[in-house]
Amino acid sequence: MRAQFVVSEVGNGLKRNLTMTLAVIITVAVSLTLFGVSLLVRSQVDTMKDFWYDKVEVSIFLCAKGSDTPSCVGGEVTRAQRDQIRADLESLRPLVSEIYYESRTEAFARFQEQFANSPIVDSVSENALPESFRVKLSEPTQYDVVASAFAGRPGIEQVNDQRQVLDKFFRLLGGLQAVALIIAIVMLVVTVLLIVNTMRVAAFSRRRETGIMRLVGASNLYIQLPFLLEAAVSAGIGALLAVGGLVLAKSIVIDQVLAPSFQFTAFVGWDAVFAIAPLLLIVGIGLSGIAAFFTLRKYLRV
Amino acid sequence: MILFDSVTKLYPNQARPALEDASLEIEKGEFVFLVGPSGSGKSTFLRLVLREERPTSGNVWVLGKDLMRLSNWKIPALRREIGTVFQDFRLLPNKTVFENVAFALEVIGKPKSHIRKVVPEVLEVVGLDGKEDRRPDELSGGEQQRVAIARAFVNRPKLLIADEPTGNLDPGTSVGIMKLLDRINRLGTTVVMSTHDAQIVDQMRRRVIELEHGHVVRDQSRGVYGYAR
Ligand SMILES: Nc1ncnc2c1ncn2[C@@H]1O[C@H](COP(=O)(O)OP(=O)(O)OP(=O)(O)O)[C@@H](O)[C@H]1O
Ligand SMILES: [Mg+2]
Repeated sequence: MRAQFVVSEVGNGLKRNLTMTLAVIITVAVSLTLFGVSLLVRSQVDTMKDFWYDKVEVSIFLCAKGSDTPSCVGGEVTRAQRDQIRADLESLRPLVSEIYYESRTEAFARFQEQFANSPIVDSVSENALPESFRVKLSEPTQYDVVASAFAGRPGIEQVNDQRQVLDKFFRLLGGLQAVALIIAIVMLVVTVLLIVNTMRVAAFSRRRETGIMRLVGASNLYIQLPFLLEAAVSAGIGALLAVGGLVLAKSIVIDQVLAPSFQFTAFVGWDAVFAIAPLLLIVGIGLSGIAAFFTLRKYLRV
Repeated sequence: MILFDSVTKLYPNQARPALEDASLEIEKGEFVFLVGPSGSGKSTFLRLVLREERPTSGNVWVLGKDLMRLSNWKIPALRREIGTVFQDFRLLPNKTVFENVAFALEVIGKPKSHIRKVVPEVLEVVGLDGKEDRRPDELSGGEQQRVAIARAFVNRPKLLIADEPTGNLDPGTSVGIMKLLDRINRLGTTVVMSTHDAQIVDQMRRRVIELEHGHVVRDQSRGVYGYAR
């Protein structure tokens, strides 16, 4: 009896206030989708970091004939210098986890392969590319240790960290994510205000009923429950739509558009989506609950 | 049943208290008229009994409960033992007579079987049998007030509070309503009603409490309306 009464009250309330209910559903859906996407971008950055930091290396380019860097005034790197550099790299283990020497011939072969379809290949001669040590670090963030040990040493033209290039890119992604998150939070605040206003209108349009309920001794919970449930139901529908939006983003935007065209990197998996989805539901319903709680305390007192 | 112990009620931002140092006691089974000019504090008195307002100072006891100490979540339980009737009927326009009375029972969680049994009974008491399926706008004012009284009485409350229940009715209809309230009183319910209707008070010859500017200026056991002089 009680349950049936409450359910029909909620249904009537939602119908009576259809435009407001729709407005709540849509703002909840949009703001939570944005919120979810910003979280997804965050885990995308994490996924890419995991993927790339494993592959990045520090390159120590050695002086070639005619290099005009100050450390190369001695001309082409000597055999003794090269052996010393190798020995010093070995002494940096275990921070240095892999050392690979790339000769000029190998560098040229790799270059030809990378730019196979480009006219640039013909304009570069074998001697133009420097020999180098390619070094992998067990802890990529410790790049400075390697840089300070080798940069500027005679025989070394340049020490290059691929990670720094990646970090710029990740910072850009992080910035985008922060912007999305801020917009999402602003939208969520707007959503809360809208829910508050919707409930105020609902409480006002039903003041006759609630007034009678109070007079005949209906409990506070009983008076407020339909309003609370109404807010929770519309916020819940909005949150479900947001989850749907997130699933679409993953299955269409990521899996069908981005992943095939950017095969060199990894993309977030479904586990990230499944981790975010319940969060969206909780945030959506939680926010409506908080908004409802404070509105009802003010407008539906005993 | 009701005990006011030097009760003062000052509404916020008001210069004069609506009720000042009022002390009185109403016993079980009494029928009491509350009279006095407009603004003298009658509705305020009744709202204090219902715990819609709290006194600024003094103590109010209703049905053995100290309302100053009654916590908020116990107010509904208090109101379930008090029936209320108002000048403006306070019916739900989109519900039928039956549904209006049933609503009061639904919202306090009474089972459907109970509702189906007691609503027709109380509609018979107030003389509305046969009109269960009418909506308020298909009823006369007197009939609408009977619906309100049925709703107030359906739980057989120990106390019935009526704030100018005949205020919107013509004299003939008012007499019918008074007969009904008298009958409810004889069934054991204490009735407290405010009124401006001298004729009714003079006919009924019940206890009369007169307020003026928030003070109790007269308390007569078989009184008349009086203050018109
Ligand atoms: N909610 C309120 N806020 C402020 N002042 C109020 C409030 N309710 C009543 N008053 C004031 O308290 C005084 C008593 O009002 P009350 O309604 O009790 O009078 P009453 O005897 O019922 O009058 P009437 O016969 O016109 O119904 C009046 O001066 C009124 O203006
Ligand atoms: Mg009044």
